[in-house]
Amino acid sequence: MYRIVQATDVGPGVRRFSVEAPHVARHYRAGQFVIVRVDPTGERIPLTVAAADTDTGLIALYVQGIGKTTRRLNMLESGDSLHDVAGPLGKPSEIEHYGTAVVVGGGVGTAIAYPVVKALVDAGNRVISIIGGRSRDFVILESELEATGAEVIVCTDDGSYGRPGFVTDTLADTLAGTPVDIVFAAGPVPMMKAVAAVTKPDGVRTIASLNPIMVDGTGMCGGCRVDVGGKTQFACVDGPEFDAHLVDFDLLARRNQAYHDFEQVRNAELEDPSCRVESSP
Amino acid sequence: MSAPLTKKERMKLDRIDMPERDAVERAGSFEEVNLGLTAKMAQLEAMRCLECKRPKCIDGCPVGIQIDEFIRLVAEGSVAEAAEVIQRDNLLPAICGRVCPQENQCEGTCVLAKKERPIAIGHLERYVADYVRTEGLHQVAEMPRPTGKAIAVIGSGPAGLACAGDLIQSGHAVTVFEALHEPGGVLVYGIPEFRLPKEIVQTEIAGLETLGVVFEMNAVVGRTHTLEELLAEFDAVFIGVGAGLPRFLGVPGENLIGVYSANEFLTRVNLMKAYLNDADTPVLDVTGKRIVVFGGGNTAMDAARTALRMGAADVRILYRRTEAEMPARREEVRHAREEGIAFDFLVSPTQLSGEDGLLRRVSLQRMELGEPDETGRRRPQPIEGATTEVEADLAVVAIGNGPNPLLLSTVPDLERTKWGTIAVDEATGRTSIPGVFAGGDIVTGGATVILAMGAGRRAAASVENWLDTGVWELPPSEEESVESA
Repeated sequence: MYRIVQATDVGPGVRRFSVEAPHVARHYRAGQFVIVRVDPTGERIPLTVAAADTDTGLIALYVQGIGKTTRRLNMLESGDSLHDVAGPLGKPSEIEHYGTAVVVGGGVGTAIAYPVVKALVDAGNRVISIIGGRSRDFVILESELEATGAEVIVCTDDGSYGRPGFVTDTLADTLAGTPVDIVFAAGPVPMMKAVAAVTKPDGVRTIASLNPIMVDGTGMCGGCRVDVGGKTQFACVDGPEFDAHLVDFDLLARRNQAYHDFEQVRNAELEDPSCRVESSP
Repeated sequence: MSAPLTKKERMKLDRIDMPERDAVERAGSFEEVNLGLTAKMAQLEAMRCLECKRPKCIDGCPVGIQIDEFIRLVAEGSVAEAAEVIQRDNLLPAICGRVCPQENQCEGTCVLAKKERPIAIGHLERYVADYVRTEGLHQVAEMPRPTGKAIAVIGSGPAGLACAGDLIQSGHAVTVFEALHEPGGVLVYGIPEFRLPKEIVQTEIAGLETLGVVFEMNAVVGRTHTLEELLAEFDAVFIGVGAGLPRFLGVPGENLIGVYSANEFLTRVNLMKAYLNDADTPVLDVTGKRIVVFGGGNTAMDAARTALRMGAADVRILYRRTEAEMPARREEVRHAREEGIAFDFLVSPTQLSGEDGLLRRVSLQRMELGEPDETGRRRPQPIEGATTEVEADLAVVAIGNGPNPLLLSTVPDLERTKWGTIAVDEATGRTSIPGVFAGGDIVTGGATVILAMGAGRRAAASVENWLDTGVWELPPSEEESVESA
């Protein structure tokens, strides 16, 4: 069992958990994730680790409640426990001294972007972090990002905070004004696809942190496979970060919808357990 | 019991069939297919044994169980004693009695195999193991004095469990590191309930825990712990992580929704319990659908029969060679067929096609058998222009596993074979790094439960030798015995 020492709301339907997982904390590097199971009948879901502290053995997870599992997770409070936390999994981000790096985080994807920003700053890069959300409430980690020393630009779709518009608009403006050596993107699939489209014409190297459905997270099942430049890759062991210009984002988006109907049934049950639908055998 | 039967009388007895759940009933149920022999059946079957002076059956057993001895004891009705005999060489008989390919091993070398009715050694092994389990006679060996040595076992599948079992009984402290949330490896994520009830695996693991083996779950060695850390903390490390990286077909369309690796399909259903209503893990709904399974091994049979039990209307196994080359246990093939699974031989997929991202059709190339390949099986080759198509809503790819890079990529100085598996001295499981042993599928590539267990046990013996002598190079006497083995 992995104790939650702190659980806080950070946005609408988004919570931050500080969880005791000393082995994960000790080995964690930016870009890696954990597989979490809430309870003994729960599914295994991948969650990106936003921060880790070797001394306290704590890791920070940001969870947006969408499916049953993430919504159940978000009902947990300080003092509760997660049944399983396995990791850190995936290859760490390739952090080096690139020069100028832009890190784009959309919605809860900002939690993936944050450790990358921090690591890039520590590696001596000039880092511009563009983060966005639907509206002001959905913007997370702004002050933490500022504390890293990166230049932070906030955008909201509805213009309620920061620059109005999508992160990609700001990214395009940034690229027009500054030579950029590398772009990292983490967020919803359409956002990452749009980022890749913005950076492709000028050939700015772009890395996307992919978020496919996973089961074991160790390469054993291949459920997380993605198409990168016509080659099948397993996001859990070959990624999760890949060259965004080579990723087939449409395939990723489709595969992420594979269990849409099942999720809806489970979500309905979560709201009203009496409406439990009997499924096959 | 009357006077012992003469050899002639024994020869006249019929092989006792394993009682089975009815094919129609079981095709909709995850309950175990084989029901087990009764005491009477077991005794009658054991009485058929001709008590060969030089029993050939033992030669066929990868772990050298004293088969003649345990069968004689069963015939005498001394089942608990028979269990002790098996236990000397096999710590997991309830599992092996169910999943070993006996026809290629002990039963294949039994003298009666020539007449196609070898002693049902597997069924008897299972009977003995189930008897001691259900009667609560599980022998708890007397614990030896602690040696003060500690050994790390990576992976809790058959190789790791067998290795841990031997080492704990020698008085060492043993910690098993498992990446998943439940111990058992392929025994829990791969082999389905109807062939190997999970309760049996849990009993075996609980037995090891009683002996003092510590199981650490969610421990992904290479990530959660490094091998170097384990080497610093433990006196020896055994790697038994399995193959664990599923192969795909390498044809267009393999990433359509509806294409699963067997590992994923079986893991969702078995380990994550998607066949139960209260599990949160989904599996694509196969009710009334058409399923194809690529492959001819036990995993292919398991996937096909699982799909059937999940409600599929039509399940077919597509295999690129013929039935004779299928590596699956004969019993599984027969069970699959009885349950209504169709087999198409000499076909190989060339393309998977779909609509809206969902699998709909499989294009197939017809094959014929050519010259034998390096495995001795005749190599399938395409018949030019002979193609066909089958409709399919779900395809399961069960064509084997490659070595998983997760741990190996973090240990560059661990020597590998040209297949990417760990290079070891076969007799001792010793790797290129002193103190590090390996065995099972990560060494051999996809093989069987019993071979993995055998490797785990050989490595355990070799660990002992290493702890005693501190010599990593094989002593000459051992090398000689390797050659003669």
